[in-house]
Amino acid sequence: MKKMQLNSKYVPLIITILLFILMFAIGAVRYPTFLSLQVFLNLFIDNAYLIILSIGMTFVLLIGGIDISVGSVVCLVCMASAHLVENVGMNPYLTMVLMILLGAVYGLVQGCLIQYFKMQPFIVTLAGLFFGRGAAAWISIETINITNKTYNDIAHYRVKIIGNNFISIGSVIALVTLVIAIYLAHYTKFGRAVYAIGGSEQSALLMGLPVARTKVLVYTLSGTCSALAGIVFSFYMLSGYSLHGMGMELDAIASTVIGGTLLTGGVGYVIGSLFGVLTQGVIQNLIMFDGTLNSWWTRIAIAALLCIFMIIQKLLTNRGSVQKKGQVA
Amino acid sequence: MGGNDPVLKMVGICKSFLGVKALQNVDFQLRAGEIHALMGENGAGKSTLIKVLTGVEKLDAGEIYLNQKRILPKSSLEAQALGISTVYQEVNLCPNLSVAENIYIGREPKKMGRIDWKEINKRADEALKKLNISIDVTKPLSSYSVAIQQMAAIARALDISAKILILDEPTSSLDEKEAEKLFEVIRQLKAKGLGIIFITHFLDQVYEVADRITVLRNGKLEGEYDVASLPKVQLVAKMIGKDIDDLSNFNKEKKEISDRKDKTAFVRTKGLGRTGTIKPFDIEINKGEVLGLVGLLGSGRTETARVLFGIDKPDTGQMYINEKQVHLNSPKTAVKKGLAFCPENRKTEGVFGDLSVAENIILALQAKRGAVKHIKRKEQMEVADKFIKLLNIKTSGPDQLVKNLSGGNQQKVILARWLATNPELLILDEPTRGIDVGTKTEIQKLIIKLANEGMAVVFISSELEEELRCCTRMAVYRDKEKIAELTGDKMNQQYIMQTIAGGQKDAE
Amino acid sequence: MQNRLKKLVRARLFWPLVALALMIIFNIIFVSDFLKIEVKDGYYYGRIIDIINRSAPLMIMAIGMTLVAATGGIDISVGSVAAISGAIVCTLIGGDFQGNPKYPFAVAIAAALLVTALTGLWNGMLVGKLGIQPTVATLILYVAGRGIAQLITEGQIITVYYKPFAYIGGFVPGIPIPFSIIIMAVVLVIVMIILKKTALGLFIESVGVSADASKVTGIDVTKIKIIIYTFCGLCAGIAGLIISSMIRAADANNAGLMYEMDAILAVAVGGTSLNGGRFSIAASIIGALIVQCITTTMYAIGVSSQVLPMIKAIIVIIICLVQSEAFRKAILNVFKIKRGLTHEKNAVKL
Repeated sequence: MKKMQLNSKYVPLIITILLFILMFAIGAVRYPTFLSLQVFLNLFIDNAYLIILSIGMTFVLLIGGIDISVGSVVCLVCMASAHLVENVGMNPYLTMVLMILLGAVYGLVQGCLIQYFKMQPFIVTLAGLFFGRGAAAWISIETINITNKTYNDIAHYRVKIIGNNFISIGSVIALVTLVIAIYLAHYTKFGRAVYAIGGSEQSALLMGLPVARTKVLVYTLSGTCSALAGIVFSFYMLSGYSLHGMGMELDAIASTVIGGTLLTGGVGYVIGSLFGVLTQGVIQNLIMFDGTLNSWWTRIAIAALLCIFMIIQKLLTNRGSVQKKGQVA
Repeated sequence: MGGNDPVLKMVGICKSFLGVKALQNVDFQLRAGEIHALMGENGAGKSTLIKVLTGVEKLDAGEIYLNQKRILPKSSLEAQALGISTVYQEVNLCPNLSVAENIYIGREPKKMGRIDWKEINKRADEALKKLNISIDVTKPLSSYSVAIQQMAAIARALDISAKILILDEPTSSLDEKEAEKLFEVIRQLKAKGLGIIFITHFLDQVYEVADRITVLRNGKLEGEYDVASLPKVQLVAKMIGKDIDDLSNFNKEKKEISDRKDKTAFVRTKGLGRTGTIKPFDIEINKGEVLGLVGLLGSGRTETARVLFGIDKPDTGQMYINEKQVHLNSPKTAVKKGLAFCPENRKTEGVFGDLSVAENIILALQAKRGAVKHIKRKEQMEVADKFIKLLNIKTSGPDQLVKNLSGGNQQKVILARWLATNPELLILDEPTRGIDVGTKTEIQKLIIKLANEGMAVVFISSELEEELRCCTRMAVYRDKEKIAELTGDKMNQQYIMQTIAGGQKDAE
Repeated sequence: MQNRLKKLVRARLFWPLVALALMIIFNIIFVSDFLKIEVKDGYYYGRIIDIINRSAPLMIMAIGMTLVAATGGIDISVGSVAAISGAIVCTLIGGDFQGNPKYPFAVAIAAALLVTALTGLWNGMLVGKLGIQPTVATLILYVAGRGIAQLITEGQIITVYYKPFAYIGGFVPGIPIPFSIIIMAVVLVIVMIILKKTALGLFIESVGVSADASKVTGIDVTKIKIIIYTFCGLCAGIAGLIISSMIRAADANNAGLMYEMDAILAVAVGGTSLNGGRFSIAASIIGALIVQCITTTMYAIGVSSQVLPMIKAIIVIIICLVQSEAFRKAILNVFKIKRGLTHEKNAVKL
């Protein structure tokens, strides 16, 4: 008989899952229509793009970095897709491939600036944020509606689950990305190097891990995820609009932190970010169902949650390091 | 024990950094199946020698032979591939990863293209069992004590098939039992024919476990000895003192101080200590005297100073200034109470490279006065000029940026900073390190002069001659504990070294 | 003569002033009537006046941001805090058509400034006391701030008809120069006095150069950080008052939008390193002017306000690259290779 030992490293993840269940339960109690499979699946449909974004953000936070350009890459990809498909008449699938490439290059450039020119991740990705927004507006100030048949078909397609319940193709993409990400994180050298660097970059160097290459790859991965999220978002909104995705970067960071990833790096699970996103989605639903609350309350609630988690994280790690100090000479 | 030919031979190693000779013609030999202690004070060259051996630094001259074949590792990875592994003092592993993963990261066994965790855990378990450690290897490294973490580091080093294992200050964070366990493991490895380099400053441990000792001093090889034929006292002499036969005391300057009667106890501590850093100590620091803290590296002198100055908070005991109890919870409070501290590590805790000489000099004084009472430029310049002259600081002017000064002059600037606050107690931790001989003497004379004028001075130096020259009283430290106080006749090289070596434990 | 030239080039303000001069020349050439200043009803008008007027809020924010950057930190909440400031003052004055204020003008202003100073204090506590990275600590208000502003205005854009409110961002009767410039000057003077007459400037620089050494030297690093973040919040609040006064309304969504980027850009352009250490308020003010010039020039040549961020992003990257040692080394290496090649060629010729 194996003993069920509470392995301490899973505790933050469990807390997040419990939080999600709690929020969902609150919803179910207050609004009878809440407790339905479709409402649950809608969380995946409405937040598919955010799931993908948070996956990329998880890797970035794990190495101790940050990427606040993700929202504007989503916006840029939406706009560029719309423009290419509607105005230029490019093949939709070719467009999608191009967009993924764009995201990868975006992330690669940022990663190189950060790693090889030793610029602060925040400044570089902040510039990336503004560059992306400006570029999107440069393509078009006005909204471009996507009327292309392929896009619309994909957007409206219902993947049947049980009975009449369904999810979107975007959700499927998000879930596939999730599985790939979990594999990357736990079954590849790259993923383990990410965790090692986050734990101690100096140790990772001394142990002979390819630190520079890994860090650049992480930012490239983040850019790719942002582009993928942008494609999924374009299915969701069926339009390119220069104000899409404002504040998305915070949502991604918040989901990842709430999901148990430490801001200082080295600790966190990709699956946790999924629950972080779902928790956010539930909070948004709660506010929506209430109907009386300003939608801005969601932003405030998320910021408050992020703040609480940040402070708790800091307090816990502070105590930990004090203990260590007592042992070292 | 092992063959006659050394498994490692380093000949004529030279290495300089920015003109400073870190290693001059150093030889080193290691036999298979031998535990070889490498000893020396800070700046002696131990870590440079190891960095050259492991490829972290490139040697300027000299040759390295591994099993009679010439090698020149260019990175720690290369050194590891050759069979030379190092376990560092700070246990350079990743605390967030599991024990098993730390042992195998970068070389993970794979099954069908993906990492085989089962295999990793199994092998890690076996590797640790070889060291007589039986733990849950899936738990994060940080959930284990430093002793276990070290074992994991050793397991990793060994698994990469080491011929030579370098242990850098392995027992600094271990208690006696844990150190004993480590020694068992080391002896096991020795029996298997591994060559082990053991860097440490703990004398007793060297005598317990090492076969031979190499002592470095000021970048030069002081000598290589068999442990069996080198008494502890002589070892201490090799490290910090002159040969015992050459006893010279410089009592002249100090006679004045000893004769003075009005010694008021400025600072008194009772059982002041900090777990894991310095054992509880009682000490009295009087005005008008120079109290020297004597001991080897890591014996607790700097730790004492940091607790006295409020950088590290004590968790037991009390501290009294002029018989009133105080709680110094930050350097700021200490400065206000009239204390001053010239830290050992000037790069991280002393120098403000991008600020000017004048700004560096008046900074502590300004902190003492508070932000509102601004020191005007005229006074800044006066103070700066005064100390530039007094300490003979080589600078193009008070506005030159300190980062452009040489190391020795930077040290003088920091010293000036604290002197400018006109403190009642001045704690100096290695104030003459990296300074030319002429200025060293100047500073020593200055210290005595300050004591004469009524200041209380605490003086830490790794040069015993210096301490003997300046101090009127000494506190002896060993293994993070104050073990004795010496005055008068007992303050001579031989007695001190015997005390450190453990020959005599004096009651106060 | 050569030495004098060297000294001039090394002066802190040299490059920013050069950049400003270039911008002005560019504008004189391409923008009509750039230098024209008219006097209407006893007040000054003109493109230059306009630029200086509009850059006042940015200059004030840049002052606060400079001090934060000097300690190696950053505050990206300034735009949102400015929105909060506008929201509070407009809500307290109210949108009464007759122009009757709900609360006295002074009270409304004081409340707005008090709250924004508190937001700064909040940031300072997170960064100074808890040791959270500034980028993330201020990120919270960056997003929550606008939501809070929305709550205060209850989702409305509150238009204020109370006459004196417009004076802040416009003209005060009897004073020919735009009032915002006077506010900026006052803030600048107060800050300069404090920095020159007390050791605060020195302490801020030392914290930026080495926080560890500062602690050992007896400086209260936590207190310094709390003070500067609070001040930065206050600056954002003052700027917010001016911004909302300029449109005579509180627009929680758009007030101060993108200002954080401009403030950081102004500091970087002025030459203060974002890694901390030596700083120059004067340089940041000039930097703010340059940023505003860029904005105005871009508008004048037809670049839309939404595309502008792209240009600014490129400029920030270029400036940070130039500040980056790794980049300068790489460039030098390229030149060395080129020189090495020419030497080789010459050697071969011999």
